[in-house]
Amino acid sequence: MTNTLPKTASRRWNQRDYAPWLFLAPGMLMFMLYVIFPIFQSIWISFFEWDGLGPKTWVGVQNYVDLMDDDSFYTSLTNNIIWLVLYLLAIPAGLAVALFLNQTVTGIRLYKSLFFFPFVISQVVVGLIFSWFYAPDFGFLPKVIGFFTGTEVAILADDRFATYGVIAAGLWPQIAYCMILYLTGLNNINPEQVEAARMDHAKGWSMLWHIIIPQLRPATFIAMVVTVIGALRSFDLVSIMTVGGPYGSTRVLSYFMYEQALSEYGVAMGYGAAIAVVLFAIMLVFITIFIVRMLQQERNA
Amino acid sequence: MTLLKSLFGLGFAFALSASTALAGELVLNSDQSDPAPKKAMEELIAGFEAANPDIKVKWNNFDHEGYKSAIRNFLTADAPDVAAWYAGNRMAPFVKAGLFEPVDDVWASAGFNDQLKSAAASMTIDGKKWGVPYTYYQWGIYYNKEAYKKAGVEVPKNWAEFVAGCEKFKAAGIDCLTTGTKALWPGAGIFDYMNLRVNGYEFHMDLANGKVPWTDPKVKATFTEWAKIVPYITANHAAIDWQDAAALLSQGKAANYVMGNFAVATFKDGGMTNDTLGFMVFPEITPGIPRAEEAPTDTFHIPAAAKNKEDAKKFLAYLGSAEAQTKMNATLGQLPVNNTSTVGDDPFIKAGFEMLSSAYALAQFFDRDAPADMAKAGMEGFQEFMVKPENVDAILERLEKVRQKVYK
Repeated sequence: MTNTLPKTASRRWNQRDYAPWLFLAPGMLMFMLYVIFPIFQSIWISFFEWDGLGPKTWVGVQNYVDLMDDDSFYTSLTNNIIWLVLYLLAIPAGLAVALFLNQTVTGIRLYKSLFFFPFVISQVVVGLIFSWFYAPDFGFLPKVIGFFTGTEVAILADDRFATYGVIAAGLWPQIAYCMILYLTGLNNINPEQVEAARMDHAKGWSMLWHIIIPQLRPATFIAMVVTVIGALRSFDLVSIMTVGGPYGSTRVLSYFMYEQALSEYGVAMGYGAAIAVVLFAIMLVFITIFIVRMLQQERNA
Repeated sequence: MTLLKSLFGLGFAFALSASTALAGELVLNSDQSDPAPKKAMEELIAGFEAANPDIKVKWNNFDHEGYKSAIRNFLTADAPDVAAWYAGNRMAPFVKAGLFEPVDDVWASAGFNDQLKSAAASMTIDGKKWGVPYTYYQWGIYYNKEAYKKAGVEVPKNWAEFVAGCEKFKAAGIDCLTTGTKALWPGAGIFDYMNLRVNGYEFHMDLANGKVPWTDPKVKATFTEWAKIVPYITANHAAIDWQDAAALLSQGKAANYVMGNFAVATFKDGGMTNDTLGFMVFPEITPGIPRAEEAPTDTFHIPAAAKNKEDAKKFLAYLGSAEAQTKMNATLGQLPVNNTSTVGDDPFIKAGFEMLSSAYALAQFFDRDAPADMAKAGMEGFQEFMVKPENVDAILERLEKVRQKVYK
């Protein structure tokens, strides 16, 4: 830049310097106000005993001590772990469906849309339909089970099976989501590598394992992030299908927190906040792993 | 000139908006999502608007279960002028937090201290009145007369006959008792009656108020009697709502249902008539205990943050009046609280009216008599007991643990 018009030159230089921050400012402000600040507020509330309406009383870590002593907390934790493990099945299932749909036959677009449809429906609707599917007396599934085993089993009324029933309902849209991620990934596969592998007589399983899957790594990464977060967050399905029941056996941490703080019988905001903080801590572990991975990948790229 | 015009326009618009606020709009939030209560509300609002032509009612009707969470938000955030809620211990948290407006003046000027006397105690906290009750309804056992005929069972007069009848129903492939505990509260109705009949009103109130431990042998006795009919209760009650269980009763797949009178409309929608639907008082279990009944009271309140308290008080005065209560309860199929109202010809209403007027005392239902967190833990315990009666000791110990924490 010449110095013949110093004013304009320095103004342009300054503008280029602070313009990005100006563009980011509204977004950052919203993020601070609606995400960061409430996180600290929740952590703060967890040190109080508060019914949401009246005055707060300071209790320190008593809420956390009570949490350690609470059976419902351990049930919720166990259920969250079951959710996490079983939800990961959505990833290979999504890959299988994507591989199946990755062909050029007439009407394949229609089939792809139909397979993707579960993800588009609201989770509440999915939960409602599945609870009718499982319902005793008029649901289809108990009749099928009754046909094979002789007794109709109402899955959502039995505390041994209820959680698995809800997870099955959740897997349906989740598989659709992973399928779409993998379909996109499969479209971006390098055809030269596939050609080279074919010339080396690679077929079927070895082709899949050695050539296709490594190229799908970004899609797998995203699928894993979304699936883990979805499993830990699962509120809608539990709320619609079983209301946390029967007698609290399908409770997950997010639903337990809602019951304690925000629901009709929830008068313990501090206790609910403590549960939320525990859930946040668990998610933080996974989020850290993912972010470290992402940063590593960007550095290597 | 343009400045003057714009100022004039601004002033005019301001005056217009100010005058709309004075035009008398009453914002009403309530939870009558079931068909009969919805119709009763529509009639009530129409009657009120006819009697007060300068007031326009804006009615926000919420889903019945969703309202119970929504009220905690809108009482602080965007308070209506009138809000529906319940009496007794259920309104205590809002009263203690200063979210309701005392309405002693309405009670005094409209003569409610005499006319609404039976509900006065449950509307009073700290010596002040916090709302106006408009209906209460009896709970009892509704039964399908045709199911009784099919199984060859006589209407039981005491507990032993009831349990014996259950065996005959099982042989005929009919559920002796049905309920839908997915939302938890229907099971509490059964517990309340079992406890009221085994141990009496005073003990039940002491238990709800946390004065008696759940591990007390008397509580165990209630559960022991209850265990006698648990095998005959609809198997999958934990997965169905009360309306689904009502369908079972209407179709004759179940014989008895411990429910409130609001369910009669649902039974009749399912095809039952006054000839096929029967009502009986819950049978006596421990002989000699004075007969107490459940009669939950529904109410309307004025939030402390309401904008139009004047018109809200007019609404409450109208709500508590004899004609409004007669008309509303005729549609609801429930009982007016106003003792100068008239009761309809409906046999269930008449039976309920007799039953409640001759009762020793009236309980408000477990989730209104006990504080919220105890109520939730209790109702879960009742649901678990009805699915797994063998867990009774573990359940009672867990409830005792909750009691220690809740009633500090």
